[in-house]
Amino acid sequence: MTVPAARQPNVVGLTKADYGGKPSTLCKGCGHNAVANQIVQVAYDLGLRPHEVVKLSGIGCSSKSPAYFLGMSHGFNALHGRMPSIATGALSANHALRGVGVSGDGDTGSIGLGQFKHLLRRNVRMVYLVENNGVYGLTKGQFSPTAEDGLRLKYAGTNPFPPVEICAEALVSGCGFVARGFAGDAKQLRELLKAALSHRGTAVIDIISPCVAFNNEDDSRKSYAYGRSNEVPLEDIGWVPPQDDIVVDDHEPGETRVIELHDGSRMALTKVEAGYDPSDRGVALTRLQQAEDRGEVLTGLLYFDDQRPSLAEAVGLGETPLVELSEERLRPPREALERVLDRY
Amino acid sequence: MADPLSTTRAPSRPEGRRVSDFSIVVGTANGTGSQTANLTLLRSIFQMGVPVHGKNVFPSNIQGLPTWFHIRTSAEGWVARQAPEIAVAYNAATLHEDVAALPPGGVLVLNGDLRGAPERDDVVTYRVPVKELMEDATAKGKLKEYLANMTYLGVVAQLLGVPLDVVHAALESQFGGRRKLVDANYPIVEKAWRWSEATLEKRDPFTIEPMDATDELILITGNDAAGLGSVFGGASFVAWYPITPSTSLVDALKSHLVDLRTDEDGTPGWTVIQAEDELAAIGMVLGAGWAGARSVTATSGPGISLMAEFTGLGYFAEIPAVVWDVQRVGPSTGLPTRTGQGDVAFAYTLGHGDGKHPVFLPGSVEECFEFGWRAFDVAEQAQTPVFVLTDLDLGMNTWMARRFAYPDEPMKRGKVLRGDDIPDDFGRYRDVDGDGIAPRTLPGDPNPRSAWFARGTGHDDAAVYSERAEDWQANTERLARKFDTIRGLMPAPIVDTDPNARVGVICMGSTQFAIEEARSHLTRAGHHVSLLRLRGLPIGDAVRAFVEEHDRTVVVEMNRDGQLCGILRSELPDLAPSIHSVAYLDGLPYTARQIEAWLAPHIAATGEHVVEEVS
Repeated sequence: MTVPAARQPNVVGLTKADYGGKPSTLCKGCGHNAVANQIVQVAYDLGLRPHEVVKLSGIGCSSKSPAYFLGMSHGFNALHGRMPSIATGALSANHALRGVGVSGDGDTGSIGLGQFKHLLRRNVRMVYLVENNGVYGLTKGQFSPTAEDGLRLKYAGTNPFPPVEICAEALVSGCGFVARGFAGDAKQLRELLKAALSHRGTAVIDIISPCVAFNNEDDSRKSYAYGRSNEVPLEDIGWVPPQDDIVVDDHEPGETRVIELHDGSRMALTKVEAGYDPSDRGVALTRLQQAEDRGEVLTGLLYFDDQRPSLAEAVGLGETPLVELSEERLRPPREALERVLDRY
Repeated sequence: MADPLSTTRAPSRPEGRRVSDFSIVVGTANGTGSQTANLTLLRSIFQMGVPVHGKNVFPSNIQGLPTWFHIRTSAEGWVARQAPEIAVAYNAATLHEDVAALPPGGVLVLNGDLRGAPERDDVVTYRVPVKELMEDATAKGKLKEYLANMTYLGVVAQLLGVPLDVVHAALESQFGGRRKLVDANYPIVEKAWRWSEATLEKRDPFTIEPMDATDELILITGNDAAGLGSVFGGASFVAWYPITPSTSLVDALKSHLVDLRTDEDGTPGWTVIQAEDELAAIGMVLGAGWAGARSVTATSGPGISLMAEFTGLGYFAEIPAVVWDVQRVGPSTGLPTRTGQGDVAFAYTLGHGDGKHPVFLPGSVEECFEFGWRAFDVAEQAQTPVFVLTDLDLGMNTWMARRFAYPDEPMKRGKVLRGDDIPDDFGRYRDVDGDGIAPRTLPGDPNPRSAWFARGTGHDDAAVYSERAEDWQANTERLARKFDTIRGLMPAPIVDTDPNARVGVICMGSTQFAIEEARSHLTRAGHHVSLLRLRGLPIGDAVRAFVEEHDRTVVVEMNRDGQLCGILRSELPDLAPSIHSVAYLDGLPYTARQIEAWLAPHIAATGEHVVEEVS
């Protein structure tokens, strides 16, 4: 008798259902639901231990979604735009945890732009997902900071301002893992998520995630139709666990490049675009600009560099997380106090 | 006993002499290194066993604006601000006002190179030939300017009768034994001291005579004490944004962490992050508190404003955190380098919607240390952000203190469930004990029942999103119940009830010193005043009892609007008519004379004789 896939245990003995959360209260067809589903799938595929993960979010439609995955993981739904600071504190106090943060384009690009950039400067080890739909959903259809110049929306009229380019902001803030996905491209998103979870510091994935209620007109760059017809993947990505050999698919065109990730896993990038080099920040910025000019949605791993230490490494934390220090360690002995007071 | 530190023998008081009982003000320009000379003078007096205290009245400026350092020495141990009778005038910009402020019979130690000093024939003037005394100094430029301040140190010490070896020892102590600095400074001090001895004829009555009143005491700032106390409270995560006057608290905290909680191999048992702003600082502290670390931030009024939204989240999601507010003068940027108590009402109810927070009110450097560790116990027991309100006067100035007492009880980590202790029906906000405080679990716990979703949105007792009316109401009622439990966790007030008193004074924080001194004067004049010094909010039963025992309760506080008075009136509505406000703020610490004048009408109103002459 075959066990249905959802009840097939993975390497840590959990079924896919064990990685699920509460039923989604987002709109049917919302790109954010597709992202949540891929997080569940990836967590199951990788055999993540739920208690080693913390879910974090800000405020907005996107930020509701951590309730819809990893129900056995602790989570923190923070303030609007302030998830990075909660994440920084939590993952400093217990740097053995992996952070999975979900934000939106308003949460990251408007109210939270400052905290976002400082999170990247500090290189807190976490995956930072931006579910980017270019519109404020919960407040019924205002432009978000990532709405493209000239976008027309029923509520808000025509947007006269240029967009905040999340990936470019990440690049200039020193982020070592900058990628863009599309909620409608599940396979690529899964591979990006797996690689992001293995990254040493903050891994940003800006996911174009269409809003079916307020921003899904065919000519909007954040719509399903636009994404499907204008998505330009930079490479095909294959994430490979540490113990497995890489088998390059003969059918993939172009040159294959293997990147080793921090935990020993590897990522195989097969170029579909001649000459793209994800280790060059300048090239990444240029390609983003070109894509913008051409009206393309550039997807894939835009930039990768794991040379910079994570925050926990930079401040020199040892193996024991701060939360596990004993009371004896936390409170110095009586003699220590006397020794200090002798100096006054 | 009026002053808890006073273990003194009475000084000799020959006719006309003023022994160890006067105040000095040193007027210099900011950024000229005068702090070393001032603190060395202070420390010299302290090392002679004479009670002493220093207050730095400084500008919000890096270099050039006027700064005044007040030193009060008092054989009886009083430390409140007092009108100075000795002025050291080394700043051309304030020369006229510094000289004019001296009372008749005062002493002026004047930088003799300054031109245009006003003549006062009712004060004793000593002119210090600063350039001449500096002739041999090889230092150049800025360092030479710094060293010039050593001339008044030498002259004033000699005039007061402070021996040269005492000054030398104090200078060494001030420089923490850094030989090069001592060697650069001391020759100037010595030259000035000897010049004074050889040249000046002592024409004033002010002297210091050795005592043994400071033998068991230390000299420390409140911010340093708070940092040290935080380390003994188990602080392991600190996030902050620089702001006067709290910066030195975090500096001290970090240096004590480096000293006391770093492994032999250099691995820190702590993390300190300088955040991008106070919003991020409190967010990080809440994140660390949620994860289970004892976490703390320090700021001042403007930072508290920025922390409002997150404090509400911490209150509602029930996350422990400790926030030090070293109060300065607001609103807005206000007087950033002056002292006040204007954040009490704001901090107590910080955040939109309903919500109140435990507030510690340390009144001494000893309490800055004690509340430094105790605040973590309350934060974790009550699972909520806790404020500690001190002020610039307490935080940045140098005070005598008894050696701090080691925490006399184990850490109270509150209700935390782990592993198999987590019951099947665990609900993060389920009030199983009836005290309003539900047990929490921490991220990283392998028990799958451990997980819950912290949120600022409406939730049921299992932390699940809920907009149901009954869930909201039940949850916020439980939070109110929790706040009643917190009443019993806060430090009790210090109460000194005079059975003959009809007037009771309630105060908080650093104003106690001027109030205690005023009380001693009033007592000598035959007036009876009780005192309750509040050490935390919310209040407990002791405050009600105190108010009930007196015809009139006067709440003395350093703000304009009588914020604490308002809180007490609303917490004790039936007693409100007998609770009166004395609220005054000009940025300077109170003097005993001010307090006496403010209390006089209240004493009179109870039918007692009005104090006509304040001493």
